[in-house]
Amino acid sequence: HLCLNQTSVFSLSVYYTHLLWCSSWWGGVQMGPPDPILGVTEAFKKDTNPKKMNLGVGAYRDDQGKPFVLSCVRKAEAIIAAKQLDKEYLPIGGLAEFSKACAQLALGPENEVLKSSRSVTVQTISGTGSLRIGANFLARFHPGPHDVYLPKPSWGNHTPIFRDAGMQLKAYRYYEPSTCGFDFKGALDDISKIPEQSIILLHACAHNPTGVDPRPEQWKEIADIVKKRNLLVFFDMAYQGFASGDIDRDAWAVRHFIENGHNIVLSQSFAKNMGLYGERVGGFTVVCKDAEEAKRVESQLKILIRPIYSNPPVNGARIAATILNTPELRSLWLEEVHGMANRIIKMREQLVAGLKKNGSSHNWQHVIDQIGMFCFTGLKPEQVERLTKEFSVYMTKDGRISMAGVTSGNVGYLADAIHAVTK
Amino acid sequence: NIFKVPQAAPVAVFKLTQDFNNDQFPNKVNLGVGAYRTDEGQPWVLPVVKKVEKIIVHDDRLNHEYLPILGLPEFRSSASKIVLGDNSPAILENRVGAVQCLGGTGALKIGAEFLRRFYNGSNNTKTPIYVSAPTWENHNAVFSSAGFEDVRPYRYWDAEKRGLDLAGFLGDLESCPEHSVFVLHACAHNPTGTDPTQEQWKQIAEVMMRRKLFAFFDSAYQGFASGSLEKDAWAVRYFVSSGFEMFCAQSFSKNFGLYNERVGNLTVVARDADNLKRVLSQMEKVVRITWSNPPSQGARIVTITLTSPELFSEWQENVKTMANRVLLMRSQLKAKLQALGTPGTWDHITDQIGMFSFTGLNPKQVEYLVKEKHIYLMASGRINMCGLTTKNIDYVAESIHEAVTKVQ
Repeated sequence: HLCLNQTSVFSLSVYYTHLLWCSSWWGGVQMGPPDPILGVTEAFKKDTNPKKMNLGVGAYRDDQGKPFVLSCVRKAEAIIAAKQLDKEYLPIGGLAEFSKACAQLALGPENEVLKSSRSVTVQTISGTGSLRIGANFLARFHPGPHDVYLPKPSWGNHTPIFRDAGMQLKAYRYYEPSTCGFDFKGALDDISKIPEQSIILLHACAHNPTGVDPRPEQWKEIADIVKKRNLLVFFDMAYQGFASGDIDRDAWAVRHFIENGHNIVLSQSFAKNMGLYGERVGGFTVVCKDAEEAKRVESQLKILIRPIYSNPPVNGARIAATILNTPELRSLWLEEVHGMANRIIKMREQLVAGLKKNGSSHNWQHVIDQIGMFCFTGLKPEQVERLTKEFSVYMTKDGRISMAGVTSGNVGYLADAIHAVTK
Repeated sequence: NIFKVPQAAPVAVFKLTQDFNNDQFPNKVNLGVGAYRTDEGQPWVLPVVKKVEKIIVHDDRLNHEYLPILGLPEFRSSASKIVLGDNSPAILENRVGAVQCLGGTGALKIGAEFLRRFYNGSNNTKTPIYVSAPTWENHNAVFSSAGFEDVRPYRYWDAEKRGLDLAGFLGDLESCPEHSVFVLHACAHNPTGTDPTQEQWKQIAEVMMRRKLFAFFDSAYQGFASGSLEKDAWAVRYFVSSGFEMFCAQSFSKNFGLYNERVGNLTVVARDADNLKRVLSQMEKVVRITWSNPPSQGARIVTITLTSPELFSEWQENVKTMANRVLLMRSQLKAKLQALGTPGTWDHITDQIGMFSFTGLNPKQVEYLVKEKHIYLMASGRINMCGLTTKNIDYVAESIHEAVTKVQ
């Protein structure tokens, strides 16, 4: 109840001015939830347990658990430093010698697509930036249904990226929990029912988060059914070289689909296979019907890129281009990527051996069958929580572990911890 | 055959440079794209940047790991200090935060995406976004691609008097819908080079505060305009001290010459630490679906420089070098045009500030310069003063004289 005499009115106006002064535009903004993947690292950093293990984010670690800067990268950096290059803006589509080498790496230098110039590759902000540009491009130009079919499960960031670009998300069966393997039958079944001209996203190799990849014969059948359904194929290749240790083997699916007549779109990342995480090196490729279409598509990609960040950062692209285009460095790189893949394979074997030694009654074969940086352990959320709380082993809630975080020094501890929560 | 994709028009400023590059005329001059050039017409990697890059390449402790989503923490805080001042009350009150972004463009983008989601209600695509008439050509695209449906001009450049249309500007501030967003150039307005005076900024701020308008500063030339970091940040700091909650998109492309490393910072000034925290957490989500985390090289260079007293001084000297050369070219161009008796007044060449000058040349005169004299400038009449050198300034002055006298 207010008595509105002059004094009150004055006090009220002061009060409201005070409120205006103290109120914020952002009063209604909720606290955003921590990013599930990168949030794991943040929680890990705060933990004081000396035995803590970070099996969250997919960044490679050497056998001492340290970040690994590849020698080919250091050598490339020295070469670049000596050149004393200027810092002028790159073109919107990025460093030309990078984009060319990036496409050649994925498709193979003799690929007919490259020889007839019927593809366009733009440099992007690593894999995320590539997916985002791709999603924006499809949202604007894809004539078919704006439904993107992701494998179940897929990388957690796929969904919000495509959604924010205005696409609808759907799924096809992929991972079979009972075998911790590929649900081939379920995948074919679901894909055969996808409405024509929809978009299907495929992980080229080292599926994230499961580590479960189709075998070549299975890829062939998938390619056939995708062709029958007239789907647009969006390949996400973030681990070329990192999966098997062989860059051509890891690109097999991508190349097969192209040979099979699919005009794919492709995202590539060099974060893992060159260890260039923070330099943000990636590419987005659209395979077109001919060179003329490729030019039109390129012009539209630039229109999409410009209002986001104008043009991409040079440093990482230059390193990658130098490595790919300098024969000795390229050979060295292939060796080092092979080395990283091998260490991971070894850790998989040692983890399973450790679990067996502890007397685990479970079948852990999938840990060895799966490929690439990640392993879908099959652990349930409660078990994951116990691993974190009781053993300071950090991973994402879905039971995914980054094998790169496992070393010969801690694989025993990990085997003990997993056994403890699963026995 | 899947995509019915039409050919898009090339971005004008890049097409201009392409045409320049293809031109065989020996005395051609590029007064187009906004990058600094030395008196030899060459790009300039700042000496301090060269020094710091050596430090980085030889530091074995550095690796290429992911930065946090919001960027390198020391970069964010030192960059915000540069624009707001070390002792900004807002910083001392813990209500300043930042997001490391890909250049000034990236900072505008993240700010725009956040505003579209959270400003003035939610999913707010109808709020008018006001950009100056004229403005940097990418401002429109940044905000419209973020989802804003109503990007409008506010009066700014008075073509007749070749100066600021303050009455028009203030008029638009008074008549626009409440809560409209205004994109303000912190200094060295692009493309006109015409900035409000301090007194004029005060008037602008008064109206904006009273009418509850949102201030989104674009600061791409701090230090580059006058040679003084403090002077070039005066408007931003004045708004902060007036109590605005606001954004400032900072670019280090020009003042550090780090164009292709994409170094930018979105400084956020909030009412208090709690609001700030929530804002940053939501900006993090936007970043994650755009580029995940920013590139490290450029941010490292800037951070090492800003946090070392000797390197910081050296940087300030390098910035002054650039600003001074531009000032020299301005005064020389004006003097030569006056000496030639070129019709019209040319005071605006030295009244204007920063990289660009709005010459006042009309499209026909511009076309004459490009086609007949091989002098490349934007159709708007905008020239990049950095394209002028002691060797070409006579040719340019004479050519402008010709264009003005021959072409109406």
